[in-house]
Amino acid sequence: MTDSVANKKRLSASSKRCIGVRGLTKYFGDFAANSAVDLSVDEGEIHALLGENGAGKSTLVKMMYGILKPDSGDMDLSSEPYSPDSPSHAKRAGVGMVFQHFAVFDALTVLENIALGLEGKFPGAELAAEISELCERYRLHVELDRRVHDLGAGERQRVEIIRALMQDPRLLILDEPTSVLTPQETEQLFATLGRLSDEGRSIIYISHKLDEVRALCDRATLMRAGRIIDVVDPRQESTRSLGEKMIGERLKETKRGKIKKSSNGKARLTVRVGEVYPESSRSVALRDLYLSVAPGSILGISGVSGNGQDRLFDVLSGEITLPNPDSIMLDDLPIGHMGVEQRRALGMLGAPENRLGHAAVPDLTLWENIILTARHTRGILTNKHLISGPAARRFADEVIQTFDVRTSSVNAKASSLSGGNLQKFLIGRELLGRPKVFIVSNPTWGVDAKAQLFIHKMLIQMADAGASIVLISQDIDELLSISDRICAVCHGRLSRTYPTVETTPDYLGALMLGQEVDS
Amino acid sequence: MIFVEARSETHWYHEWVAVFVALSLTVVTASILLAAMGLEPVSSLQRILIRPLNSVYGVSELIAKATPLITIGVALALGFRAGVWNIGAEGQLVMGGLCGGAVALAFWGVDGFWVMPLVLLGGSLGGLLWGAIPAFLKVRFNANEILVSLMLTYVAILLLSVMVHGPLRDPDGFNFPESRLLHEAATLPKLFSAGRGHLGFIFAIFFALLGTWMVKRWHLGFEMRVTGLSLSAAKFAGYSRDRTVWTALLIGGGVSGFAGVVEVTGNIGQLVPNISPSYGFTAIIVAFLARLHPMAVIPAGLLVALSYLAGEAAQLSLGIPAASTQVFQGLLLFFLLGTSLLVNYRVRFGRVT
Ligand SMILES: Nc1ncnc2c1ncn2[C@@H]1O[C@H](COP(=O)(O)OP(=O)(O)OP(=O)(O)O)[C@@H](O)[C@H]1O
Ligand SMILES: [Mg+2]
Repeated sequence: MTDSVANKKRLSASSKRCIGVRGLTKYFGDFAANSAVDLSVDEGEIHALLGENGAGKSTLVKMMYGILKPDSGDMDLSSEPYSPDSPSHAKRAGVGMVFQHFAVFDALTVLENIALGLEGKFPGAELAAEISELCERYRLHVELDRRVHDLGAGERQRVEIIRALMQDPRLLILDEPTSVLTPQETEQLFATLGRLSDEGRSIIYISHKLDEVRALCDRATLMRAGRIIDVVDPRQESTRSLGEKMIGERLKETKRGKIKKSSNGKARLTVRVGEVYPESSRSVALRDLYLSVAPGSILGISGVSGNGQDRLFDVLSGEITLPNPDSIMLDDLPIGHMGVEQRRALGMLGAPENRLGHAAVPDLTLWENIILTARHTRGILTNKHLISGPAARRFADEVIQTFDVRTSSVNAKASSLSGGNLQKFLIGRELLGRPKVFIVSNPTWGVDAKAQLFIHKMLIQMADAGASIVLISQDIDELLSISDRICAVCHGRLSRTYPTVETTPDYLGALMLGQEVDS
Repeated sequence: MIFVEARSETHWYHEWVAVFVALSLTVVTASILLAAMGLEPVSSLQRILIRPLNSVYGVSELIAKATPLITIGVALALGFRAGVWNIGAEGQLVMGGLCGGAVALAFWGVDGFWVMPLVLLGGSLGGLLWGAIPAFLKVRFNANEILVSLMLTYVAILLLSVMVHGPLRDPDGFNFPESRLLHEAATLPKLFSAGRGHLGFIFAIFFALLGTWMVKRWHLGFEMRVTGLSLSAAKFAGYSRDRTVWTALLIGGGVSGFAGVVEVTGNIGQLVPNISPSYGFTAIIVAFLARLHPMAVIPAGLLVALSYLAGEAAQLSLGIPAASTQVFQGLLLFFLLGTSLLVNYRVRFGRVT
């Protein structure tokens, strides 16, 4: 049946096929992550792969890139049988990939990271020149001698894109490349992709941002529960119809309803810091950090990735402590000097942007990851020092149930979850702890439309129940739709705060670029 | 060119397959070496690997050798899981033996049930102190614990030598660099009628159980594991790297020191310049052979102990130098590391394109 759908929707009979996939099936244990998947992408086509979290999109492209071996089914690339047994095999065959989760080495420089992805290249001046030329051509800006450690998510993503482009691929697979890019960066990326497609290269594009898909892609394949359910022309669809086709049910918009005017409300969290010096000369210093959040309100902090959001999160979560206790006040309690654990005990919880390796340990199971932040609740630690496995498992199970996390069990490794499902799990882990103050960075990055609405609903519910929420995000729509007040961070400097109702996307854009406009 | 590529999928049993392959390769290589020396491999191997275990005496000897290996191996496995590379267990063992022995000598001739615990405590504290030095330097100055703990080993060995040549020398010992023989109250009882297997083995088993429990149930063990796996996740969880470094090295030092004093009071019975045939270094092999699982350290320790016996047997019945023990162990470590690479990676031959 899928075959006939695919045939019906073929663009033009004349274009040549770049990659074809027939009957691809992949099991993890008893769980079919992909079952009998057919897909075909023409030369020069930009093909979207859509589906909710855990639908099997990453699994499918990982098989195309030789990271996973299909249990059955076959593939062809440029009319030749293709069965990559490793990424380097795939690269040699002309397939490039940019991963959903970063695959870069923190301790190395940008140049070294790029060189590592290319066989037989050395990180010298020659390669640097080649890269600069490519960056020029596709207008992708990076500083080659910076350590990846000091880069924000958007910049890391750019490193990966450049690394993939350096291999001159005929098929480029992008797994949620824009989740962390700003609108401007996204526009540039689209121009780049357009150029690549004009050169006859094919692109497989995975994204949860349906309006982007409509703007960019020639065809879209919809997946659900490991199967292809439809192949459509995204230009003929509305964002909403596309989302509903994908999920199979109707979607309701979330909006922050009537904002409780907290006129007499005293601030719950107040931050007053003139300056936070960077640890290394390369990371961003924070300046003019003045913010306050009242109980029951959501403060949005916008900004282009790499402008100090990471350090801002660390300062708020307590991973970076400040010498002056008064610089951060929780109600009337000075907490600037307190570390993560103390702040958490006071009800300040957080969910950082980077899921694997910061919010969670990839190699540990879900229930073990519960222990990281929720150990002082629900009897997970008995006698303060002993871990109660059953209690942690129960909590993990509760998170999985409440937040509809798709996974085999609480014993699954964090790294085995699909991106969106892991995010739901990690946000859920904190939200079930009923935070007084919740600091969250890019909570819906890589999360499907339905889960996005769900997370937004949870945040709003938390706020309505009296929590103060600091939402650091690059998604302007998200900020405008759920925060009460908004500010922006640019080069580590925090702007003034404005009520959301008085801001527009354009105004916010200017703030993000550091142009403070006086009203 | 040869390429090493990450494997796409790994399974838990791959680790143990790798161990088995490493052991087989060691035996095969040893056979080839024996054959090259003009010996008949199968019967020779039978003589050095099987025959030593044919008697109560042999088993007792095996247990005596395995005791320090298991004790230290457990402590190292915990530390290595946390990414703290304590390579100086040998020095911590020597300090334990020295300090515990010194306590025993200080109470020489004194009877009482409390003497033995005091001696064991003295030894553990000696090792603990020796482990504390690299921990302090790492936490305070970020000094590499591999180098510091390794170099301190030689300091400890020289210190023991100075002490048995000087202050702790037996006054009636004709100037031999040896202490008095420890008296009954400061000696661990033997387990068998023959051989040197002693109570320390029971302690070793206990440590393996304790280590397993610590990995499974104790929050501090979990904290160490998280720190070893991902520093920034540990930071987010509120775990401190410094605490992990301290814990790993204090456990490593204290337990190695304990192994040292047990060796002196259970096996040697006096202080001599050389109290350990590199048990502290060999325990590193044991920990990795066990894939850092505390329970698996028991069979791993027994197996490596056998390599010591095999070396002795090779010397006695085949006339091969005693250094063959080290060749044996070296081969084993080499193959272990080699095959463990193959658990996560595979090798491909080909050309750059
Ligand atoms: N290594 C693995 N072991 C076990 N299960 C896995 C593994 N990798 C993926 N899965 C499961 O397979 C399913 C599909 O995962 P996949 O990553 O392909 O989803 P996805 O469509 O990319 O989702 P997302 O949009 O959230 O990234 C998920 O339910 C996931 O839990
Ligand atoms: Mg995915």
